[in-house]
Amino acid sequence: MTATSASSAPAWTAMARSRLGVELKEFLRSREQMVFIFFFPMMLLLLFGSVFGGQEIADGVSFAQYFLPGMVASGILNTGFQSLAMSIAIDRDEDVLKRVHATPLPATAFFAAKVAQVLIVSVVQIAALVAIGVAMYDASLPSGSGWWTFTWVFLLGTAASTTLGIAMSSLLRNAKAGSAIITPIVLFLQFTSGVFLVYTQIPTFLQHVAAVFPLKWLAQGMRSVFLPESFEAAEASGSWQHPATAAVLALWVVVGLVLAVRTFRWTRHDDN
Amino acid sequence: MLARLDPMSEPAIRIEGLRKHYGDLAAVDGLDLEIPQGEVFALLGPNGAGKSTTVEILEGFRKRTAGDVTVLGADPQHATKGWRSRLGIMLQGTSEHGALTARESLRYAASLYAHPRDVDATLDAVGLAEKAGAKPATLSGGQRRRLDVALAVIGRPELVFLDEPTTGFDPEARRQFWTLIESLREDGTTILLTTHYLDEADHLADRIGIIAAGRMVALDTPGGLRSRAADARVTWTEAGTSRTEETATPTALLREILARTEGEVEGLEVVHPSLEDVYLQLIGEAAGTAGTSQAEGAAA
Repeated sequence: MTATSASSAPAWTAMARSRLGVELKEFLRSREQMVFIFFFPMMLLLLFGSVFGGQEIADGVSFAQYFLPGMVASGILNTGFQSLAMSIAIDRDEDVLKRVHATPLPATAFFAAKVAQVLIVSVVQIAALVAIGVAMYDASLPSGSGWWTFTWVFLLGTAASTTLGIAMSSLLRNAKAGSAIITPIVLFLQFTSGVFLVYTQIPTFLQHVAAVFPLKWLAQGMRSVFLPESFEAAEASGSWQHPATAAVLALWVVVGLVLAVRTFRWTRHDDN
Repeated sequence: MLARLDPMSEPAIRIEGLRKHYGDLAAVDGLDLEIPQGEVFALLGPNGAGKSTTVEILEGFRKRTAGDVTVLGADPQHATKGWRSRLGIMLQGTSEHGALTARESLRYAASLYAHPRDVDATLDAVGLAEKAGAKPATLSGGQRRRLDVALAVIGRPELVFLDEPTTGFDPEARRQFWTLIESLREDGTTILLTTHYLDEADHLADRIGIIAAGRMVALDTPGGLRSRAADARVTWTEAGTSRTEETATPTALLREILARTEGEVEGLEVVHPSLEDVYLQLIGEAAGTAGTSQAEGAAA
């Protein structure tokens, strides 16, 4: 790089912001992303809330209230993991990533824009979910320390989902087959991690399987934010397990980051 | 301003002994080439000859097996973003997906360069001014290729790679594209284009490299290539029968014919070999000497 061209090149932040604009437009203008990633958790919340909502699963906690933190957690997984894995795999298949790589946009600015897009979409999505929960299912907003818990669970969960989503995109050698691979993974986790079913009501061995993956901890962390303190005793371990939640999610962030960095490629697998 | 290379000393592209193997297959089999700054160079050859493989090595997308490559003073295998900012790349093929309009795509691309071209002027130059608000899905194949050209030149690159830029163009769009390339040439931009179209190479290029089975079988100006096939074909009808003769001295033959014929000579035609004749001959020779289709499919 020559000194003169470097000094006149656009700033990193300007390029990242410019790329974020592209990422947001791509998301907002994609019918698939908007329906299956953005609105899907809200539709499910309304559906499950109206069908099973009235059932009490513990003292003063209805299924709809239990379902809200599960959907918040799922939304983070959808937006970070599912959406990113699919969209990056398709972009790689169609040489969109190759075209990005051909421009002066730094890789760090590209990924920063992806992460910022996921954060923005997730925050809006969670706000809408919570608004539905408060308006229709007697959910309550977190108290003072609840916001702090929400913040770190949200950030760790998003970081784990995003890095794993980028890593997963490299495993999807054929983007068209992507949703056939990703959807069952996400569904399995949603059924075993305390999202669609109450965690304590599924077989113990499935609980153990789910406890390996991030969604169980993400959902449990969100329950500690949105459910009353009295519900803590009804958890499988009788505790919100905040330290374990932070540890497992952080571990997945590291695993996801290592996998993402080691497997990421700008070009198709058959293009070398 | 951008630091430009010294025009007197450094070629834009220098390739020495370039090889690219896929297993036992030699897609590029010992290529030497130097392209000075400001030249429009066309790489011509049949499918699988190694054109795209070579170009993608120069663009820093593929690793080479052997040889030395310098592009704008740097090894593409160690591409920096500063180096990338001086290149314009138009890949082969195009995507019909994408949520951005033509103008939005160009605005975004322009934001990545220090001294970009004007977005609307560039849209105009590629004939997409009226389609500025259209997304790729509603553009025709040729229009999408023209958007790709616009994206490749928006950053005012010193060197532009165009990989089969006019595939799928109608004749009018191709003419328009040629005008665009000529205006880039006037700006001093170095251009390396691959093409299947001989007329395109003939019209645009300062020099043409013909590549077959990963090797350069000819490297010359369009005129130089044409003069390689010296024999002209003279056709005429004499005493009711059609006759054809190939000769290096068509004028002398014509004098003979005229001397023995009264009035009009029927069906008289003197055809000098076209670039296509030379090309087909060169490709045929290459196929005869090098293991025929050894690189087929590898570089497409």
